[in-house]
Amino acid sequence: MRRSLVRKLTNLLALALSTVATLIGLTCLGAILWTLLRSGFAGMSAQLFTQMTPPPGSAGGLLNAIFGSLAMTAIGIAIGAPIGILAGTYLAEYGRESRLATVTRFVNDVLLSAPSIIVGLFVYEVVVVPMGHFSAIAGALALAVIAIPVTVRTTEDMLRLVPQGMKDASTALGAYPWRTITSVVYPAARSGIVTGLLLAIARVSGETAPLLFTALNNQFWSANLAAPIANLPVVIFQFAMSPYQQWQQLAWSGALLITLAILLLSIVARVVVSALQPAQRAG
Amino acid sequence: MDQLSIAAAESTHAMRQRLGERLFGTATFVAAGLVLALLGGVTVALLVGAWPALAHFRFAFVTREIWNPVTNTFGALAPIYGTLVTSLIAMLIAVPVSFGVALFLTELSPAWLKRPVGVAIELLAAVPSIIFGIWGLFVLAPILQESVQPWLIAHLGPLPSVGSLFRGPPFGIGVLTAGLVLAIMVLPFISSVMRDVFETVPDVLKESGYSLGATTWEVVWYVVVPYSRAGMLGGVMLGLGRALGETMAVTFVIGNAHRISSSLLAPGTTISASIANEFTEAVGELYTSSLIALGVLLFLITFSVIAAARFMLLRLERRALTSV
Repeated sequence: MRRSLVRKLTNLLALALSTVATLIGLTCLGAILWTLLRSGFAGMSAQLFTQMTPPPGSAGGLLNAIFGSLAMTAIGIAIGAPIGILAGTYLAEYGRESRLATVTRFVNDVLLSAPSIIVGLFVYEVVVVPMGHFSAIAGALALAVIAIPVTVRTTEDMLRLVPQGMKDASTALGAYPWRTITSVVYPAARSGIVTGLLLAIARVSGETAPLLFTALNNQFWSANLAAPIANLPVVIFQFAMSPYQQWQQLAWSGALLITLAILLLSIVARVVVSALQPAQRAG
Repeated sequence: MDQLSIAAAESTHAMRQRLGERLFGTATFVAAGLVLALLGGVTVALLVGAWPALAHFRFAFVTREIWNPVTNTFGALAPIYGTLVTSLIAMLIAVPVSFGVALFLTELSPAWLKRPVGVAIELLAAVPSIIFGIWGLFVLAPILQESVQPWLIAHLGPLPSVGSLFRGPPFGIGVLTAGLVLAIMVLPFISSVMRDVFETVPDVLKESGYSLGATTWEVVWYVVVPYSRAGMLGGVMLGLGRALGETMAVTFVIGNAHRISSSLLAPGTTISASIANEFTEAVGELYTSSLIALGVLLFLITFSVIAAARFMLLRLERRALTSV
């Protein structure tokens, strides 16, 4: 009798603690989002999108930083995505269980979770030092290095979802593997690959550490790829650490912009995946 | 069309296909090789950059606490200590809480709540770390400074041995704050991995437990946990890898002081925070090189943690495959 009471109480206690843990976790995360929304929206205005980052003590916007972030993300993805998709194709279709593929998969996983500041140091050593100065292209390359492992991983996972029967049917018609891959496998896995790209963009656009010493920052408008360029993450970092009220406000607004963009991308990616999965299962 | 031109067309078609195959196959192969080269390149570039410092200070680089740009003497002990301690604090908090969240999501939560909470946690794992950093600086640090830290100093400070961790003035920012921010940051990450791992436990196993009269907790503790031990450990290690290498969430709140204090409330520094704060301002080859050497150390630490985690998750995947 007593034993069963003890067991019941232990059970209740454990379950209560688990519920409390969930509440604590959600409260902390909710608190962060709430502060972000409140402080970020306080500074939302048209100015944000039409004016340059200001010198301390005056009003301004984030136009050059937004442009810099978009440009570097676009270039980074344009370089990283094709490499990532091709490497993922190799792993899923050509290499499969070969030794080289296994090693590549492991190396890719290591790159996937390597600290992003290491990527910054790497690009600094191989691009910034030879060039002699910080530049937008160095920043874009750093972002590409971060995007590659993400794309490799998702592409491989998505290509592996394509039923073997479809590939066999294509092979039976006499198609070479490349023909099967480009005409059968890629179209079947299209939405999956797009999802992977969206996730890569989301991952890349919040990265700060690798941009600190590759793209650096620029207080003015610049579209020159060989020159330092303003970008949201580094502007947020510098402005938030500053003692100036207006800069701090801009940092919050910038943080909100980035978070909203990333959440939107992640949600779209999710919707694409859930629209895709029933079709895959039926196939 | 006569026979001959058909044959000719067929052979050019076949040739084109073969050429396409060679080009495409090579392209995928080269891309995979690039991924390998990337890791090799990172290793080589970092070692080359760190060489002047490593050659100059030799082993003393990792055993000395001093970090003095004026006299050009650099030792990495304080950042190493800060990295390990902040990550330890983060893990001590995040692992039990994540376990609770995963348990709630798989065993307790009503069906209608499962998806929204699960999705919310996954989305939060995508929030960039700089957001956690500025929240830590503007919201968490003042709260800690005004209420939590004075309480800790008053109540835990006088205790013997443990007390030394909670002495000194309440700065708000410092090692403890950095650990807390890291904990909140890795929480969604570890929770979602743990939940996924718990969900791989076959229902039959759990049902057998319940049919013997076990309580929910007993099923979790004696069936779910032993079954998913490797996966849980893998998830924790991945979280640890993130915490160790995290830059932005820490840089805002650690205080960037190159010294080892016995108190957790004092400012400190981590490897990544030192690099982020000082790299662009570093003058002289030795200073820059020392910061890159810090990067090498960070790479070594995270590489071993990540490799261990991947190895464990891989073993789990294999087991899942063979059991199906």
